[in-house]
Amino acid sequence: MTKSSARPFVLVSLLLLAAALLSIAVGSVLIPLSTLGELFRSALNGLPGGSAQVDPYLTILLRLRLPRTVLMILIGAALGGSGAAYQGLFRNPLADPYLIGVASGAGLGAVLAMSFRWPYSLLSLLAVPLAALLAALLTVWLVYLLGRVGRTLPTTNLILAGVAVSSFATALTSFLMINATGELRRAIVWLLGGSTLSGWQPVLAALPFITVGLGTLLFMGHALNVLQLGDEQAQQLGLPVQRVRRLVVVAASMATAAAVAFAGIIGFVGLMVPHIIRLVWGGDYRRLLPLSILGGSTFLLLADVVARVVMAPQELPVGVITAMAGAPFFLWLLRRARQQNYW
Amino acid sequence: MLSVRNLQAGYDERLVIKGVSFDLPEGCILALIGPNGSGKSTLIRCLSGVLPPVSGDILFKGKTILKASSAERARWMAVVPQARNLPPAFTGWEMVSLGRTPYLNWLGQLSEKDESLVQKALELTSTLDLAERRIGELSGGEQQRLLLARALAQAAPILLLDEPTTHLDLQHQLSMLERLRGLAHPVNGENGLPWRRLSALVVLHDLNLAARFADQVGLLVNGELRALGSPQDVLTEPLLSAVYQVPIEVMNLPGSGRPVILPRAH
Repeated sequence: MTKSSARPFVLVSLLLLAAALLSIAVGSVLIPLSTLGELFRSALNGLPGGSAQVDPYLTILLRLRLPRTVLMILIGAALGGSGAAYQGLFRNPLADPYLIGVASGAGLGAVLAMSFRWPYSLLSLLAVPLAALLAALLTVWLVYLLGRVGRTLPTTNLILAGVAVSSFATALTSFLMINATGELRRAIVWLLGGSTLSGWQPVLAALPFITVGLGTLLFMGHALNVLQLGDEQAQQLGLPVQRVRRLVVVAASMATAAAVAFAGIIGFVGLMVPHIIRLVWGGDYRRLLPLSILGGSTFLLLADVVARVVMAPQELPVGVITAMAGAPFFLWLLRRARQQNYW
Repeated sequence: MLSVRNLQAGYDERLVIKGVSFDLPEGCILALIGPNGSGKSTLIRCLSGVLPPVSGDILFKGKTILKASSAERARWMAVVPQARNLPPAFTGWEMVSLGRTPYLNWLGQLSEKDESLVQKALELTSTLDLAERRIGELSGGEQQRLLLARALAQAAPILLLDEPTTHLDLQHQLSMLERLRGLAHPVNGENGLPWRRLSALVVLHDLNLAARFADQVGLLVNGELRALGSPQDVLTEPLLSAVYQVPIEVMNLPGSGRPVILPRAH
C-alpha cells in the first residue's frame, strides 16, 4: 500500500489497447492496419465513409467489430472487477463472480425467456438478456434475504444460501431445457458463453449496469483492504462493515448480472485475472480492483479473437476459450507462487 | 474516561455479561481476570461495538456511546486483538497504517499527519524494522507488537487489549506490559501520542502479570464483576481459591508491595 507506482496501470492499459486493435482488425474478414488508420483519420476529419475502397470495411467496423469489441471490454471489465471484489469480500481465493447465484439465476431467466415464442421485434431480441438480468438480480436479492441474520450478513450464510439457491435454479433450468424445443441450441450456446446478439443494442443495454457497478467498486478498495482483517477487527477500526458488505455485493452482482445477461456465462475470467494481478503487483485492493478491471477486458478481448479465428468461419463460444486457456495458465502461476505469502 | 453502567450482553437468549459496572479513570491500567468462560472477551467485544449490549450503558467522558458510529467509537477506543489469522501478505507498515482507518475517507489516502502518527507508533513499539516485512514471515511476538502499534496509530485515549500476552514468551510478556505502563504512566509526562496518558482495559490470564502491572484488578466470574480494586485487595487467597477452585497461596513480593500468586496442587 505504500507503493503508488503508475507503471502497472500504463502496462495493462497498453496491453488493452493492443488487444482492442487486434479485436477490431481480426475476424472472418481481415481489416489491414493501414485501412484502419485511414478509417480513423477520415473519422477524425469528420468525413463519413471516406474513399469507396474503404467503405465496406467501415460497415464491418461500425456494425460488427466495434460493438463486439466494446461489448467484450465491458464484459471483461465486469468479470475481472467483480471477481476481485468477491475475493476480497469473502476473503476467499476461490470466490468468483458467480459464487452467490448470479449465473444460475441468469441462466434460469434466459431459458425461461427462450421457452416463449416471441414475435420478431426489438423486444424479442432483448427479451432473453433482460430476463437473464432480472432473474440474476432477483436471485442475488433472494440469496441476500435468506443469508441475512438480523441486520448482519455473515459470510458463511451468504455462501450457503448462494449454493442452495443456485442448485435450485440450475435444477429448474435443466427441467425447462428438457421440456423445451427449438431454441435449445441458442440456450446451450449462451450457457457456454457465446453471445447470441450483435450490434450496439447489447452494448447500450449493459453499459449503465456495468458502469454503475464498477464505478461503485472502485471506491471500495480501501474498505476491502480493511476487511481482510476480518469483520470484527474491521469494525473495531471504524469501518461500517455491514454497509460496505451490502454495497460490494450489490455493485459486483449488478455488473456480473449484466455481463452474464449479454454475453452468456464466461468462466475463469473473474477467478483468474485478479489472481494474476495479485501475483504480479500485490494484493492492495486500491490497485487490484482497477487493474483487474483493465486486465479482465484485455484477457476477454484476446480470448474472443481466438474464438473467432480458431474454427473460422464458425465461431466458438468465448467461454470455451477462457476456460481452456485460463485453467492451465492459472495452475502454472499457482505452482510458481506456492512459496510466497501472496494471498 | 470510560464508564460502564449495569451492562448486560450475550448471544441469542443466553446472557454472558450479567450486569457489569465499573469506571476506567484516565491513565489507569485495569486488568480483567477471571476463569475461562467468565465473559472477559465478550466484554471487550461489547465495549468495542462488535456485540450490541442487551441493556445498560457505556459512557465516554460522561456521554453514552451506544448510538455512535463505528468510526467515532474507533477514535475513542482502540482494540489490540490476539495475533491470529492475520492476512500474511500485508507488510508491517500496511498493517499499522490501517489504524488510521477511522480518520480516512473511502479512498483511504494517508495524509502527512497520518503517516507521522504511523511512524510514531512504530517507534513506540520498536517495530520500525518490521515495516517492510510481510506479516506471514513474522513471529507471534512481532505480530502482537504490530497490533499494539496499530492501536496506537488509532490515536484513541482508551486501549482494550484481549489477552495480549497469551502467545508471548516470558521476555516478550514483560516488555509488552512494561510498554503499556509507559504509555499509561509516561516517565517524563510525555509518551509522544496525542493523548498523554492512555487508559487501558487489559484481559490477562496470568495472575502474576496482573498483580505486577495493573493499577486496578477486576475479577469477572460468570458474567459478574466479583471484585474490583487494587491488586492487593482483589488478589487474595480466599477469593482466588474459591473462584479458580484450586488452593492458592498469595505472598508479598519483597520491596514492591505487590502480591505473588502461587497455585498449589490439590
